[in-house]
Amino acid sequence: MQDPIIRISELVYRRGSKVILDNVSMDIKRGSIVAIMGPSGVGKTTILRLISGQLHPDGGSVEVNGQPISSLPRRELYECRKDIGVLLQDGALFTDLTVFENVATPLREHTRLGEQEISDRVLDKLKSVGLAGSEDLMPSSLSGGMARRVALARAVILNPKIVLFDEPLTGLDPIAMSTVGRLIRMTNDELGLTSVIVTHNVAQMNKLVDYCFILGGAKLIAEGSPEALMQSTEPAVDQFMNGRVEGPMSFNQQAS
Amino acid sequence: MPGNPVNKNNLLAPVASIGHCGMFLVRMLGGIRLERELLISTLQQTYLIGARSLVIIMICGFFVGMVLSLQSINALQQFGASDQVSLLVGKSLFRELGPVLTALLFAGRAGTSVAAEIGLMKATSQIEAMQLMAIDPVQRIALPRFLAGLLSLPLLTGLFNAFAILGAVVFSIGVMGLDPGIFWSKLQTGILFGKDFMGGVWKSIVFGGIVSLIAVYFGYYAKPTGEGVGTATTRTVVLSSVLVLIFDFIMTSFLI
Repeated sequence: MQDPIIRISELVYRRGSKVILDNVSMDIKRGSIVAIMGPSGVGKTTILRLISGQLHPDGGSVEVNGQPISSLPRRELYECRKDIGVLLQDGALFTDLTVFENVATPLREHTRLGEQEISDRVLDKLKSVGLAGSEDLMPSSLSGGMARRVALARAVILNPKIVLFDEPLTGLDPIAMSTVGRLIRMTNDELGLTSVIVTHNVAQMNKLVDYCFILGGAKLIAEGSPEALMQSTEPAVDQFMNGRVEGPMSFNQQAS
Repeated sequence: MPGNPVNKNNLLAPVASIGHCGMFLVRMLGGIRLERELLISTLQQTYLIGARSLVIIMICGFFVGMVLSLQSINALQQFGASDQVSLLVGKSLFRELGPVLTALLFAGRAGTSVAAEIGLMKATSQIEAMQLMAIDPVQRIALPRFLAGLLSLPLLTGLFNAFAILGAVVFSIGVMGLDPGIFWSKLQTGILFGKDFMGGVWKSIVFGGIVSLIAVYFGYYAKPTGEGVGTATTRTVVLSSVLVLIFDFIMTSFLI
């Protein structure tokens, strides 16, 4: 098998005395779209932050592209992050810059391209997310779905190898959800990315992703293709995938 | 992202806080790269911070000049020395009132808006998005605002002094009918360039550094919530006012 692009081995992460992730291992295959799912507060976003090197594990290791991201010094970490695009919840666009400048920011920062080349690339990216003609708008005048698409354009403008998505579909109307979902699939396949999506939206993910990891109670409880997980007879997996109230995952145990 | 490590219940907290703030300053200045980008964003911020404070500085300066000459003439008249008014007004303005009052106004007008702006960027994940794009937000966001404050305050102090003198002219010559020749010649011969004028300039540079450092520091380490941003702005104005007055005494005792 091909080397995984992200390899998480025996990861332990604590916040204070509370164990958020306990001995979690995942291999994420190059070129795939992978979902990390689980109930709210189970440490999904924490995993994303461990992959992007914002947090340091208390045990185990995270390797991205063969690099131990959690132990890199700041300069090399920033170098490594150029290969990782991140789409945060709600997009996190820079509110004082236009759509064009938002998407152009990584190019201006990390490349020596001329103004014409930057403009070409940005407009091209905006077109590919279906937002041609909106480059002069300010983020405050965008709808949720549009903001998410601008953020996607910004996340992939440097042609990264990996894109991390934090709840990319949450808070969108059903049409915007499908649009953004399809865009994620398109960009992933066209640019040869590896996409890691953190979400609790089971219905949308089943249509979109190649492979799923399910977290529950700080542990990895299941992994597999969405179809296989839907058929799973494991009580916790069945409860989560089908949204049942009764089951081994207690509602009261959810962390904040 | 390490937060402000200061623990409220700890007696050492204020000391730790000063150290943390100092480290922030070192990190900010240590990473300076003299690039066109930095120059442009510093000038932009100088425009935003400085220009938006112009009106308040001019109005306050004018009235401070008027009230100073009213009080001075009232007191000097008892000794028949009311023609010395420009000397008294000039000395107190250039040495004390100009730099101190401008710094206090600047903390209220510009310091709070910088702290709130950075705090809000943090609350809306823009700072995090920037780090994930491998852009150092301390360099990109905090540094230009700090430098702009450092540059703006001496200029605003000059403007404050000019309008205060104008206020004194209007009141002493226009209202009280003092001789303009005596007024201007006393001012010209009595105010020393080194002790009076430059003393004020040194002060305003130091105050500019204090106010802008505190504003960017509290903004940067604000809790990413609405309440956290509010606390950051309040702390900015309170702490920078107190420190300006403390440093005013310290500097005066060396400069006098």
